[in-house]
Amino acid sequence: MDTAFIQLKNITKTFETDKGVLNGIDLDILQKQFVTLLGPSGCGKTTTLRIIGGFETPTKGKVYMNGKDITNLPPYLRNVNTVFQKYALFPHLNVYENIAFGLKIKGVSKEEIKTRVTGMLDMINLSGREKCSINALSGGQQQRVAIARSLVTRPEVLLLDEPLGALDLKLRKGMQLELKNIQKKLGITFVYVTHDQEEALTMSDRIVVMNGGVIQQSGTPVDIYNEPVNAFVADFIGESNIMDGIMTKDFEVEIFGKKFECVDKDFGENTPVDVVIRPEDVRIVSSADAKICGVVESVIFKGVHYEMTVRADGFNWLVHSTKAAEVGTKAGLEFDPYDIQIMYKTPKSL
Amino acid sequence: MKKIAAAPYQLWMAIFVIVPLFIVAYFAFTTDSGAFTLENIIKTADYAPIFARSIGFAALATVICLIIAYPLAYIIANMSKNVQSTMIMIVMLPMWMNFLLRTYAWQTIIGNNGIINNLLSMVGIEPIKMLNTSGAVILGMVYDYIPFMILPLYTVMAKIDKSIMEAAGDLGCNGFQSILKVTIPLSMPGIISGITMVFVPAISTFIISKMLGGSSNLLIGDLIEMQFLGTSYNPNLGAGISFVLMVIILIVMAFINLIDKSDQEEKVII
Repeated sequence: MDTAFIQLKNITKTFETDKGVLNGIDLDILQKQFVTLLGPSGCGKTTTLRIIGGFETPTKGKVYMNGKDITNLPPYLRNVNTVFQKYALFPHLNVYENIAFGLKIKGVSKEEIKTRVTGMLDMINLSGREKCSINALSGGQQQRVAIARSLVTRPEVLLLDEPLGALDLKLRKGMQLELKNIQKKLGITFVYVTHDQEEALTMSDRIVVMNGGVIQQSGTPVDIYNEPVNAFVADFIGESNIMDGIMTKDFEVEIFGKKFECVDKDFGENTPVDVVIRPEDVRIVSSADAKICGVVESVIFKGVHYEMTVRADGFNWLVHSTKAAEVGTKAGLEFDPYDIQIMYKTPKSL
Repeated sequence: MKKIAAAPYQLWMAIFVIVPLFIVAYFAFTTDSGAFTLENIIKTADYAPIFARSIGFAALATVICLIIAYPLAYIIANMSKNVQSTMIMIVMLPMWMNFLLRTYAWQTIIGNNGIINNLLSMVGIEPIKMLNTSGAVILGMVYDYIPFMILPLYTVMAKIDKSIMEAAGDLGCNGFQSILKVTIPLSMPGIISGITMVFVPAISTFIISKMLGGSSNLLIGDLIEMQFLGTSYNPNLGAGISFVLMVIILIVMAFINLIDKSDQEEKVII
């Protein structure tokens, strides 16, 4: 169970027109996991997915599935199915024929096809729409047909390339839960590509944050959120205050010339570091007691909380709080030692 | 506004399409003195073998065009974008040359003392009679009309979303199955218009058969030409033959569109 089901070993991909898109990706995906590849556009997440699907061959490196080298296996010989970004449904076939397509190719008997397709239609709530033309369906329905079409052949892995990108917010939220349920129910490995960090946090067992063709961090949503390994991950996952600091000694960091207690050690003495503090971990207090004092610059109501910026020492602090401060007033900022994240500086090229 | 803009075109269509049709019909159903007659139509039955030959040659040329053009269009449509336009230009290139000149060139290539037979005699093979055969006529048709098959096929294929082809592969189709199950159904509109654009000019051509087919491969086009320009001057019979040809083409097109209709839902696609 704990051995890797899909293994990417030192995957490098370069395109003629481009420089490196992937630079040495090492990734182990466990069976029945919901793994999300997360990153900004152009980070190589889709290319990674296409390499697993067999649509691209890596320039260097190997892909293993179940311990077997599948690097050069064409897509039709892989027990991996893909839900494409724009669904890629067959426009000349109706709903039923689209879902049945893979089974027909595999030579499954007519009765068997009927039971399985009907089952799928049930699961995606499209029973009775078998004869419908694909173009008569809404985006959300097309999306569900695409998922059913990929799942009906019972692949061991389902690859999803930003499948919810074209849907509106409400539908997207619904589909996120639906996808997660489907994945749990069928016990299939899902590899999901998105640039939406919230989506990633909602659905994943494991998030792989990518940037510049390199994996930045891989871990559970909680780990990634609470313990980002570098400023990029911190910035990409959730909102953060990222500033320069100096680790003066163990358990002490200096920000804007002021020393703060923290829980990190082993950075050496006087090491320049990135310091990350989540906006919800910053409290506004009366300015007299605080080490950091500034002026409230803006207050925006966000529904559950207020988003405020406080300018102090030339830095705009982002603060989330259920209580609003008043614009223009003086405010002190406080945070607890364990809310301070210390990370090594990343090279600027990333 | 739209109506006013359409008016000149409607006028054009009336003068140069509808009116001539009626003129052809008028001549087809009258004698040279202007009296009504069915004789011109009935007389075309005498030329049934020529009709049959024309339809057969045109059909064969169309099928050959489709067989050659389909893979070519598929290959071009899957090339990188800049190569595609170059390839299409090369396909179009012969059409920039005069039609007569192109057909005439084949005479010198396949003639009894032509290039091919010269080369054959150099290696000691007896000359083969190629010019003035039905094969030569079909060759000429294929050569002259194949761009009209490639273009619509290419246009339709270039529009097929790459991810749809990838989806086919993803769901278990090998290359051949992908083409059979996805490319061909999706390119049906291109196939239909390609067939139309090759078959119609091929069935009514006269210059190709005249230049490459000799006297034994007379086609309807030649027959019609003779009624107007030849020794057997008879415009009424010419109009009658034209009229019958028109009806045949209409029937064939209706039949082809019927095949297309059965895929009506599929046509929404592209």
